[in-house]
Amino acid sequence: MDIQQIRNDFPILGQKIYGHPLVYLDNAATTQKPQCVLDSIMKFYTLYNSNIHRGVHYLSEKATEIYENARLKVKEFINAKSRTEIVFTKGSTEAINTLASSFSQRFINSGDELIISEMEHHSNIVPWQLNAQNKGAVIKVLPFNDRGELLIEKLESLITDKTKIVCVTYASNTLGTVNDVEKIIKIAHSHNIPVLVDAAQAIQHLKIDVQKLDCDFLALSGHKIYAETGIGILYGKEKFLEELPPYQGGGDMIKNVSFAKTTYAELPLKFEAGTSNFVGAGSLHTALDYVDKLGLENIAAHEAELLNYATQKVEALGGITIYGKAANKVSVLSFNIDGAHHYDTGMILDKLGIAVRTGTHCTEPIMQHFGITGTVRASFALYNTFEEVDALVDGIKRAKKMLVG
Amino acid sequence: MLTINEIQDEIIEEFSVYDEWLDKYEYLIELGNSLDIIDEGQKTPDNIIQGCQSRVWLDAKMDSDGTLNFKADSDAIITKGIIALLIRVFNHQKPQDIIDAQLYFIDEIGLSANLSPTRANGLLAMIKQIRYYALAFNALNK
Repeated sequence: MDIQQIRNDFPILGQKIYGHPLVYLDNAATTQKPQCVLDSIMKFYTLYNSNIHRGVHYLSEKATEIYENARLKVKEFINAKSRTEIVFTKGSTEAINTLASSFSQRFINSGDELIISEMEHHSNIVPWQLNAQNKGAVIKVLPFNDRGELLIEKLESLITDKTKIVCVTYASNTLGTVNDVEKIIKIAHSHNIPVLVDAAQAIQHLKIDVQKLDCDFLALSGHKIYAETGIGILYGKEKFLEELPPYQGGGDMIKNVSFAKTTYAELPLKFEAGTSNFVGAGSLHTALDYVDKLGLENIAAHEAELLNYATQKVEALGGITIYGKAANKVSVLSFNIDGAHHYDTGMILDKLGIAVRTGTHCTEPIMQHFGITGTVRASFALYNTFEEVDALVDGIKRAKKMLVG
Repeated sequence: MLTINEIQDEIIEEFSVYDEWLDKYEYLIELGNSLDIIDEGQKTPDNIIQGCQSRVWLDAKMDSDGTLNFKADSDAIITKGIIALLIRVFNHQKPQDIIDAQLYFIDEIGLSANLSPTRANGLLAMIKQIRYYALAFNALNK
């Protein structure tokens, strides 16, 4: 993989920020977009813009074709059995909210239990809490150790005959941990309990095969894998999606409407109320093609090298605590300079042109686990370079000198 | 005693010597380190202004001459430096003058991004809280 050539595909990376070359290391929050994705958006609005489905005219047919081809692309990308299992949402948060609401309505009753891991993003906690509260259900927590590895051996003891679903992230946005979701799914399935996998931080790093994983539900966001914002996916096994009630009502999700009775559209449209983000779907198609062209395994190998290099260099500085030391990680490096506040470190790095994220990263339970108020998080993507890691390390050195002497 | 605007102009003048961002930050860190902080005992839940990035504590009392005396702290040092500036501007001022004040120095010294509501560092809420204290003490005085 020629990184320099890849960088040319991302026009935003050529910028200077406060007089320094931009070092964009906030990829776990969102990734930058290659020119082909930008072009696809422009092309759609220039040539095909029209609302999808049920349009009798040429442009509507064309737009529908782009939207539905994007669905097929996603189906192939995650190896789903059928296009009907791919529901477009505005992102993984909406995917999880959709599932939490519909699943709870159908399957969760008072006294039931849900198992959620301690390292979930708030978006895989709060939707379940909201629905559990409504139903009088209880949430149980699958803990992780101080290296940031889930204690999967404890799962069995958390499961009871009241357990209705297990919700777990594939990769932690804060710790970088890649969880052995296959094992979790096997354990849950041995008790006939379905599993939701939050793949928001995995889809851009790991080859996902939903049939091999055998997960029942999977959520992902397009903007984390070089597509536009506002497009995401809820994957669900057809047998479940058929059984779940719709989440929102509106256009596109109905078959017939009368005040006496409304019947719903076939899958997956049952879950796609209102005008979908068809431009976003098209951009996701282009982004996935781009990733396929480079090869996810090549991307992952480059990111792993960057993470290893960064981890070694940051550790060598001394006086730094790294959070998340799992054996298997995606390219996320969370740390604090001992004695300095994460926000101060982030502010200083910012003025050196280095974009990192600071704070709780929407994972307050992880912060509570370590007894901290936040971390600095650098996250690497396919276009990052070793020189950028060097810039980060120099920046940390500078911040350390300013903040703790 | 200088007026609120005289102090703001003084601060703008002080910051005008810094061309480099990190020099400004160095100065803020210095100010933060010398801030007369709130007593540990006063860091109560009532006095905390919770941001998701950094936390700020603020307490106020009225001195015998009818002016306000603020004490504050933050867990982040650059935030603390900005607090030191805010306190320098508002301390020993009359409640009515605080209520009437237009705060322009933060913008002028290039730190306005720190007051964006999305930063969630507690500073914007702190300024609001300073005004609430001024309003409350003003009402008490009448």
